[in-house]
This record gives sequence, C-alpha cells and structure tokens, in this order.
Amino acid sequence: MFSAPFTFAALSQHFPILQVVIPLIAAPLAVFIGVTSIAFLLAFAASITSLIISYSMLMQVIDGSVISYHIGGWAPPWGIEYRVDAANAFVLLILSAISTVVLPYAKTSIEREIRASAQTLFYTCYLLCFTGLLGMVITGDAFNVFVFLEISSLSTYVLVALGAERDKRALTAAFNYLIMGTIGATFFVIGLGLLYMMTGTLNMADLANRLPALSDNRTVQTALGFIVVGMGLKLAIYPLHLWLPNAYTYAPSAVTAFLAATATKAAIYVLLRFMFSVFAPDFTAATGALNLIILPFAVIAMFAASIIAVFQADLKKTLAYSSIAQIGYMLLGISYFSHTGITATMIHLFNHAVTKAALFMAVGAIVYQTGTSFIPKLAGLGKQMPWTSAAIVAGGLSLIGIPATAGFISKWVLISGALEKGWWWMAMLIVASSLIAVIYVWQVVETLYLKEPVGDVVVKEAPLSLLIPTWILVIASIYFGLDTELTLSSARAAADALLGTAPLAAGAGS
Amino acid sequence: MSELFDVNFIIGHFQYWLGIILMMTGLFVVVSRGNLVKKVVGLNVFQTSVFMLYISMGKITGGTAPIFTGNPQEVYSNPLPHVLILTAIVVGIATTALGLALIVRIREEYETIEEDNIQHLENAMQRKEDQDAGAMI
Repeated sequence: MFSAPFTFAALSQHFPILQVVIPLIAAPLAVFIGVTSIAFLLAFAASITSLIISYSMLMQVIDGSVISYHIGGWAPPWGIEYRVDAANAFVLLILSAISTVVLPYAKTSIEREIRASAQTLFYTCYLLCFTGLLGMVITGDAFNVFVFLEISSLSTYVLVALGAERDKRALTAAFNYLIMGTIGATFFVIGLGLLYMMTGTLNMADLANRLPALSDNRTVQTALGFIVVGMGLKLAIYPLHLWLPNAYTYAPSAVTAFLAATATKAAIYVLLRFMFSVFAPDFTAATGALNLIILPFAVIAMFAASIIAVFQADLKKTLAYSSIAQIGYMLLGISYFSHTGITATMIHLFNHAVTKAALFMAVGAIVYQTGTSFIPKLAGLGKQMPWTSAAIVAGGLSLIGIPATAGFISKWVLISGALEKGWWWMAMLIVASSLIAVIYVWQVVETLYLKEPVGDVVVKEAPLSLLIPTWILVIASIYFGLDTELTLSSARAAADALLGTAPLAAGAGS
Repeated sequence: MSELFDVNFIIGHFQYWLGIILMMTGLFVVVSRGNLVKKVVGLNVFQTSVFMLYISMGKITGGTAPIFTGNPQEVYSNPLPHVLILTAIVVGIATTALGLALIVRIREEYETIEEDNIQHLENAMQRKEDQDAGAMI
C-alpha cells in the first residue's frame, strides 16, 4: 500500500485518516512557526484540504457504500476503525465547509477582538477544535468518540474564554461550559463502560452485532440512558442547555459563528449514530427514549427557547436562544422514528448550520464596527450598514422558514414527516413555533430599518473581508432553498445509512 | 424482602457501591458548592469514580498482570480498560488544569471565586445594560 506511487489515487485510500490528521498536525505547527499570518494560512490550507477530502468522500459513499479505514493496518474490532458512510460524510462536509468560510472572516474579526499575542494560539485552538469535531464524526470506535469529544471540548472552552477581552463574562461562561461539558463527557464514558462490560468490544459495528442479543439487559438500557444524557449536555437538549446562551454571547464573534454551526451538529450526529446504528432502532424506540424524552423536550425547546429569545436585549443572545429552539426541530425529526424524520434532522443540520453561521457573522460585523450587539443601539443601522443589515434580514427569513430559503426546506420535510405519521397537531405546533421566530426577527428588522439612529455617530459598512464570507453563506442559505438536489439526496442517503436501510452491521471491513 | 438484603450480593458488588458513592459525592460537590475550586475538586472525584468503574471491570479473580509468561493457561487481568482509563486520566488532568487556569483569570477580573458573588456582579452588569437599553427606547 505504501509502495504505491504518490498519486491522487494512492492518496485517496488514506482520505479518512488524512481528514483528521491534517488539521491535527497543522495545530502545533502554527505554534512553532509563531507568526500570525502564516498560522492563518496554515489553518486555511488545512481547512480547504479537509473540505476537498470530505467532498470527495461524500461523492464516493452517497450511493450507500461504506469506506472502512483500518488505522495502522489493525483489523477491526481489535484496531480502531474509521468508517465513512453517507451520514457522517455529509456531516464532515458541513463541518469543513463552515470552517473554510469562517476562517477568512475570523482573521479580520479577531484582529479587533483578541490581542495580537494570542492570535497565533487562537488558530491553534481553532484547528484543534476542528480536528476534534471531525474525529468525533468520522470514527467507528466508540471510545475514540470520547477522546475526540474532549479534544474539541477543551479547545472550545479556551476559544470561548478568549472573549474575555471584550466582556469578562466570557470567563464564567467558559467555566460553566467546562463544568457541564465535563459532566456530559463523563456520563458518556460511563455509558461506554457499561457497554464494554456487557459486550467486550468498543467497535461500533461490532457493538451493533452483539447488542441485539442483550436487548433485555438492564445494564445495556442504562448505558443508553447515560449516553443520551451525556450527549444531550453537549448538544444542548432543552433542560441541559444552560451553558449555551452565555458561551455563544460572550465568545469572540468568529468563534460563535463556528461553534453555532458545528459543535452542536457533531453532537447530534453522535447521538443519532448511537441511537440508531450502535443500538438497534427498535431497541431505542422500545426504551421510550424517543417518545418520552426526546419528543416532549424538543417541543418545549421549540416554544420556550423561542419565547425567551423574544425578550433578549442582546442580539447575540437572541440568536443563541433561537439555536436552542432550532436544535428542538432537529430532535423532533429524530423522535419521529421514521425515514422522513431523520431526513428532516439531517437536512436541518445543514440548513441551520449555514443560516445560523451567516447570522452570527453578520452580527459579528456589527460588533466589529460598533462594538456592541445590543438591539436598541442598532437603531437605524439599515442605512449605514446596508449589506450587513440585508444579511441579517435574509438569514432571519431563513430562520423563520419563508419559502425560497433553506429554512423552508427543513420545515417542509419536518412537517411532511409529521403528516406522514398522522400527527397533524405536530404540524400545527411547528408552524406556531415558527411564528414566534417571526417576532424576534421582526424586532431586529424594525430596529435596523424603521428606527432613527441614536446620536449622530456615523457608522461605516463592515470591511469586505467580513462581508464576503457572510454573503457566501447568505447566498448558500437562499441557494439551498431553491436547489435542494445536493442537500436532499445527501440527507436521504444519510437517513438510509443511519436507519440501517444500508446497515452499519453489514460485515466489518470492506 | 430477603432478596433485598442478600449479603453476598452486597459484598460481591462492593466496588460498584464504592463507585456509586464516589460518583454521587462528586456530583453533589459540583452542584452544591459555590466555591469554584471546590467545584473542580468535585468534578475530579466524579471522574475518579468512573476510572474505578473501568479498572475494576478488568480485574479477574486470581488473575496476574497481563505479561506473557509462555503458559497459555495463565489467567490475567484485562489490560484494555486500564489503557482506556490512562487516556481518560490525561483528559481529566487537562480539564482540571484548564479549569484552574480559568479560575485564576476569573479571580483577576472579579476579585472573587465565590459563585454567589460572581452572580451578584453579573446581575449588576446585566441591570446596567438593561437600563441603558431602556433609556434608548
């Protein structure tokens, strides 16, 4: 394998490991080089390479095939296996695409938000966080998920704390996130320990083979509980969301845009993977985890978090609460326990990542120019920062789910999933909760366009280096509302992969 | 009722009882203490209980250290959980270090590490911001 000539074909065999290793190696290199501009180029190059790798892997597996990569040549279940199917290739593409767009934005944004001596280290933490998220998603080994989860979490705490130069509350936000994130990760490890105790294996495909025989076993049921709660803390399921609003509000703008679009999404993928691939879907449904836990909390999140969002004075906090509500929609798709439901979750994963990143980047541009994201202080900015304000409007429309935006497609699939099950009342609830989103988006639009500016301070439009990445995502959020070929077919293939229409358990190694 | 008080069951699972006690102690400390350093200590106790759960899992009665002696009948402890926990211990140390570093920074900015006082200061900041916001509307 290694004697093959250094060609693209030979290299492409190693794509799964390169996906994780390239950003991992770039991270310490950035520290050793120590020059901020080179660190940025390194991070950007790593991110683009990841994007190319993840796109070519998605094209390979979208037909339902599986790439199985054995690390160090050790065959699974003894060695660690990286296993790429349509579900995680799709999530990998989301992660690396968002990272590639956010990085050029981050370069300008952090120049004003983080002191110069910490900027090189910012790129290191960013790359480590990116590595951790990619690793969590790509790996086929349950314990490996925990290791990557902690790599991404630890670097996330640092990234959030970097916001302390603007507002000292970033420190307490990071500390609270550290406490809750660690409890979540430890719960997850307890769950894995119980599974290992019962099956003697940590390979996901192997676990999937052995667990059905143990479906009456209480230890296995407890393991599912620990894993759901542990991951629930990381992805901010409604009552476990307390770390999220402050962390998103006080982190540097670029970090918020990146985290909002990626961190919770990777955790949702892991939850899906465990619920439907590692544990049998029927087993998960039989424990009541879907009907009794995920469904009610998803609905509560859709309403409660949206209503709280209406009453926030800080635009970043409004968007943070709206993220919790949107996570509710993704969980709702999971709780349908149907092919359409999972498709809705996967497509909303993509659409919400694009939309929310665009919104947080637009707010970041306002913070860059005015130093504040307080809604009353944004009065009249529509004329002074026309492009940034227009981005917020377009993103807001997609958040509500207006036709011809990406958000509409997600809600459409979600509602058709509800009607498929005969849950017409659920379709009404989805529409009703979207109406609350209209309120908080309208508040912002009204302030931006209809109110007179406060004072006579002239605010200039944000620099192009912030506007271009923002508008790439805004245009994407409109484009994917019109042309759903890539997203919908990927989401369907992902749902197939997760629900076992193309089962994970079908033979280890290929 | 007699099943509930099966002495052999209770003694035979003593490592789990200890694990549960440690786990609950740790979680309780994290939730109930207002001092941030004590929270980190609680978190450590909580994590240690999980280390115990894993390590006790690998132990086999009469098993030796997992070293190949040439005797195929040798009973040895399972080394894999120990290795897994080595990773988890490293993660735990990194978390503790980062948590303590954050506490140092919090102490510099807030001049306190008591959660109640910090909450008080943050509420005051929030009120001031809300007033500013209200004055503008």
